[in-house]
Amino acid sequence: MITKEKVEHIGWLARIEIDEKESDAYAEKLNSVLDYFGQLDEVDTDGVEPTYHVMDVVNVFRKDEVRESLPQEEVLANTEHRQEGNFKAPRIM
Amino acid sequence: MVYDNPDGVRIGLEVHVQLNKLNTKLFCGCSTDYHDDEPNTHVCPVCLGLPGSLPVINEKAVDFAMKIGLALNCEIVGQTQFHRKNYYYPDLPKGFQTTQYDYPIASRGKVIIEGEDGERVIGVTRAHMEEDPGRLQHIGSIEKSKGTFINYNRSGMTLIEIVSDPDMRSPKEARRYLDKLRSILDYLDVFNGDLEGAMRVDANVSVFGGDRVEVKNISSFKGAERALLYEIMRQKNHIRRGGKIVLETRHFDEARGVTISMRTKEEEHDYRYFPEPDLVPMRVADKVPDILKTLPELPDAKRERFNSQYGIADMHARALTIQIKVANFYEEVAAEVDPKDAAVWVADILKGELNYRDTDVDAFKVDDIVEIISLVKQDKITEQSGVQIIRTILDEGGKPQDIVVSKGLLKVEDDIVAKAVEEAITESPEAVADYLAGKEKSLNFIVGKVMQKTKGRADAREAREKVLAMINK
Repeated sequence: MITKEKVEHIGWLARIEIDEKESDAYAEKLNSVLDYFGQLDEVDTDGVEPTYHVMDVVNVFRKDEVRESLPQEEVLANTEHRQEGNFKAPRIM
Repeated sequence: MVYDNPDGVRIGLEVHVQLNKLNTKLFCGCSTDYHDDEPNTHVCPVCLGLPGSLPVINEKAVDFAMKIGLALNCEIVGQTQFHRKNYYYPDLPKGFQTTQYDYPIASRGKVIIEGEDGERVIGVTRAHMEEDPGRLQHIGSIEKSKGTFINYNRSGMTLIEIVSDPDMRSPKEARRYLDKLRSILDYLDVFNGDLEGAMRVDANVSVFGGDRVEVKNISSFKGAERALLYEIMRQKNHIRRGGKIVLETRHFDEARGVTISMRTKEEEHDYRYFPEPDLVPMRVADKVPDILKTLPELPDAKRERFNSQYGIADMHARALTIQIKVANFYEEVAAEVDPKDAAVWVADILKGELNYRDTDVDAFKVDDIVEIISLVKQDKITEQSGVQIIRTILDEGGKPQDIVVSKGLLKVEDDIVAKAVEEAITESPEAVADYLAGKEKSLNFIVGKVMQKTKGRADAREAREKVLAMINK
């Protein structure tokens, strides 16, 4: 059962701000999703291999060969917060 | 002797090993050779977590991971995949770390260490693959920091996290486990342990069967030992004062040698793992036979071979096989001189001098130590002079032959004569007895022997005086 508090907690984990009105609506919608999964849970899956990926493909690899990286200027192009080639973030404890 | 572990100490270690000998990162083609380069010059849309970028697994990283798993006597999983571990931190550009969850690539292994009371088996719970986050650097001191620099060059580097069972009973055993792990990884040639951040340690420790405390931010093996010593003492004192140890994460402050509670919010452990949809599963069990073929002779096996092949003391065999470089160096020396002499000179003398100077065996040439050992064995120089030559080469450079000349280390004739006199006397007990009984002519027999041994290079009159002096002593 998803409560309003749970919605706020999930919002915090995802760094999404959710206001009072929204959290009730989200709780209702998330509960209906969970109900659906509850129905799926009733299906007997004994002896069925779990599916981890929708495509029936395994072992897609690449060789250990170097490819060119981006120029530093391009890496930092999307931010104003930079210094000496670094991204600059607020103080982190 | 049985170690009874009076404080009920249990230590488990989580070691992150960075596979910096791969050419590229785990999921992209960015070069791993960033250590001397400008920040953010070894990054691309994938390791920068830009929208729309897609990861592709580096096959060699998988091979290396399996190699490590097999060397640690692990079982390799039939099929595995990557998961997303979700949390927000600036070193993680995607907002999740791509790692392994319920099916680690390797599990249930073991490592043998020299424990408090003889050989001890330390269980390896699991070894899994994951990506390294970027690097954060505080601007200025941590208290007055005005911000944080983020460098993503490290982001996406391949890490293998090796988790041990809580089988270690003292900080010393933890240290031995770390040393053994480093030794095995060096043998496998999958990483350069000297590079910054190549091996990072988190420790879990409990006393008297209580809850465990996780200690993070340990930056060296010595640091691990110190952090554990402090944490065990802290837990014991806390219990003695009537306190209770609770599950928590503490931070090791290397400068002060203490652990500090991090008071982390519970939410941080709410990682919401789910299978990584951008990567398909890996079915790798078929690779095992081929990977096994690439495994080198590992430290324990090499030590046993050194014992039997060279007939050297186990103490020497162990010292010589900790580092693959030293083992190879020794074998080259043992091919040229008596392996037992080689063991003493490499394991006891040379290694000691290298440790003292905080350098490794690369700083010395096989030919030089072979020459030094030969000079000593041929009695041209003393053992002490041999040590002096090693020190001179390490501190000033030069070749053994030149140092012998410049420092005048050749044994003076006197020494050779004295040695011959000593031998002649011990070899002729009857002549000595006869002389002491009054037969002066017996002395000539002994002096003759001295002349023979020195191939006539000794002065006969001098030799006679020396023989007399020694008999009358």
